[in-house]
Amino acid sequence: MALSRRTLLGLAAGVPVSAALAACGSSGPGKSGNGATYWYLNGQPQEGVRAGAVDAFNKARPDERIADTTFQNDAYKTKIKTAIGAGQAPTIIWGWGGGTLRTYAEAGQVEDLTSWFDEHSEVRKRLFPSSFGAATVDGKIYAMPCETVQPIILYYNRKVFDQVGVEPPQSWEDIMALVPRFNAKGIAPFSLGGQSRWTNMMWLEFLFDRIGGPELFQAIVEGEKNAWSHPDAITALTKVQELVEAGGFVKGFSSITADSNADQALLYTGRAAMMLQGAWSYGIQKTDGGDFVPSGALGFMNFPPVEGGKGDPSGAVGNPAQYLSISSKASAEQKKVAKDFFATGVLQDDEVKKWIGNGSVPIRLGTEKLLAASESADFLRFTYDLASKAEVFTQSWDQALSPTAAETLLDNIVKLFQLSVSPEQFARNLNAVTGK
Amino acid sequence: MSALTGRPPRREPRSILPWLATPALVVFVGFAVIPLVGVFALSFTTWDGIGAIQPSGLTSWRAVLTDPGLPHALWVTFLVMAVSWAVQTPLSILIGTFLAGRQRYRAVLSVVYFVPVTLSSAAIAIAYKALLDPNFGLGAGLKIQVLSQDWLGRPGLAFGVVVFVVSWQFVPFHSLIYQGGVQQIPKSLYEAAQLDGAGRIRQFFSITLPQLRYTIITSSTLMVVGSLTFFDLIFILTEGGPGDATRVLALDMYKRGFQASLMGPASAMAVILVLVGLALALLLRRLGGRDAGASQLEGA
Repeated sequence: MALSRRTLLGLAAGVPVSAALAACGSSGPGKSGNGATYWYLNGQPQEGVRAGAVDAFNKARPDERIADTTFQNDAYKTKIKTAIGAGQAPTIIWGWGGGTLRTYAEAGQVEDLTSWFDEHSEVRKRLFPSSFGAATVDGKIYAMPCETVQPIILYYNRKVFDQVGVEPPQSWEDIMALVPRFNAKGIAPFSLGGQSRWTNMMWLEFLFDRIGGPELFQAIVEGEKNAWSHPDAITALTKVQELVEAGGFVKGFSSITADSNADQALLYTGRAAMMLQGAWSYGIQKTDGGDFVPSGALGFMNFPPVEGGKGDPSGAVGNPAQYLSISSKASAEQKKVAKDFFATGVLQDDEVKKWIGNGSVPIRLGTEKLLAASESADFLRFTYDLASKAEVFTQSWDQALSPTAAETLLDNIVKLFQLSVSPEQFARNLNAVTGK
Repeated sequence: MSALTGRPPRREPRSILPWLATPALVVFVGFAVIPLVGVFALSFTTWDGIGAIQPSGLTSWRAVLTDPGLPHALWVTFLVMAVSWAVQTPLSILIGTFLAGRQRYRAVLSVVYFVPVTLSSAAIAIAYKALLDPNFGLGAGLKIQVLSQDWLGRPGLAFGVVVFVVSWQFVPFHSLIYQGGVQQIPKSLYEAAQLDGAGRIRQFFSITLPQLRYTIITSSTLMVVGSLTFFDLIFILTEGGPGDATRVLALDMYKRGFQASLMGPASAMAVILVLVGLALALLLRRLGGRDAGASQLEGA
């Protein structure tokens, strides 16, 4: 019994240990050492581009050095938070900006880059102006926008549409009318990786925008009281539940994860007709889908308008860019390397070409010619126009809100899609965390 | 006389004895007691894991105790514990008893049965997740209708899958414990029973089971307390979903602490987890009877 008790204490305390000792985490690269450290996400084709930029920088400047480490998406989200909290952050912190960046900035963990951008206005001027919104906290810039713009896109399988003899939807009514047509042929109308949760969220992002306009979510971000209970919000929440009830999503969607790209496989194998996904999905479908993308079977469009909605049908949602911050705990030398990297290493011509090569639009201005010359010219042109012509580019909700509010949001979204909470309950649960 | 001659050699090991316990004690204090105190202190603070730690009295406790998610998580934890115990115990006893036989094929089988224990929970969870995928899994691949359920997407089914996978992983381990237990039962008991005309089934219920009493308690304690910390398997398999159908206490704590950045309430939940674990261990100890020291010998 003595053994069991010790095992018990060990087991019971084992989990809290990780919480309490997080502050003593030993796996993160320390602050010491002469070069800067840089953590980012793995997964091809993006990983190769990121690594290429670092290599090029290291080669061009033999006196400065950046050591890079890669992490898997979901693991990184937890890892970076713990590392920053423990004072073990890398010099260059890769992120999504928005609400998470705000928590870093408010805790004084990241450098204020406002004056640096004033001194280096040429760096600022070559990037999409819309990308700076999510890098700004209370009027100060805390991150360097980088990489690509990733609007959410409505993808569809042209072959399946031809087979059933229908046209892509031009309105929400069309969507609801298409659902029974595809179901009758045994094809899922929409693919959805519902276990990843943010996948479901994209539906709400569009419905809120199309029905209530961007002001609807803006009020939520600003902490307006009972903003989720706005009649337009309730309408949007009701509509998504109607789509679930009508069998709009693939069977078993709540156990499919987007990390494994299974949702995208459903689209390119013709088991689902349509899918709402980020612009990054194009590259994945091109790599994994065999003949699907080259044969022109992949269709793409912006989310259609909803009858009687206040939103502009050109409105875009998604990630306006990715972001690089500098840890305030880094040494002066490391900070200098990081800033040099921002000025001369980020989105250089070679990196820009690579992003375009794998089907994404880098946030650098004046790349129209390169985009037009690419083998994915149609898609890139479409993304570029979508991102640059959109009157409002709403940042992904889970990035725009604080981590605490985002977790409640994602949790409740799953329940909403499972029809286990009503739109009104959903609104009440969220009002409690986002209202001031 | 014998007492006098016996004393001197006894003294030496006695004086070393406390020192022998030191390494274990240091590890135990460093990795169990100190963090426990730290977590208890953190539960009275507000901390997002990044900024400053601010004392906030009972705020975290109030938030956790009034959250309807807590009784739900407790209930799911209890259910996983109870159902997986009820599934694993009879299976383990039967398999363990079977494997205790001296025949060669049983020895071979016991090696085969032991394989799941050597696999990591993460690998098991990923494999099962792929097999149970509604569109690309086993059922869809072999076109067997019964197997192509939405295994991880419907609350009841997902719960069943979790219990099944947990049992698949741990039944071999507990079978091994029972195998050892059965092999220690004196042969003479069975011989006597045979002479009295008891059949196999009668022998099992009248000799094997009662003799395994302490083994059952040891194995049950490991199962029950272990099930409090099921995390990796459920995290990868369902992430607590669909909705919160398989969200056990440990998972709820992780989500609060590391995903929602609410270290205060997460610490409060950790304290609750420890209390529940202690209460259960005490309860099982009571059930084990007064002579608890003997159980270690029999259950080894």
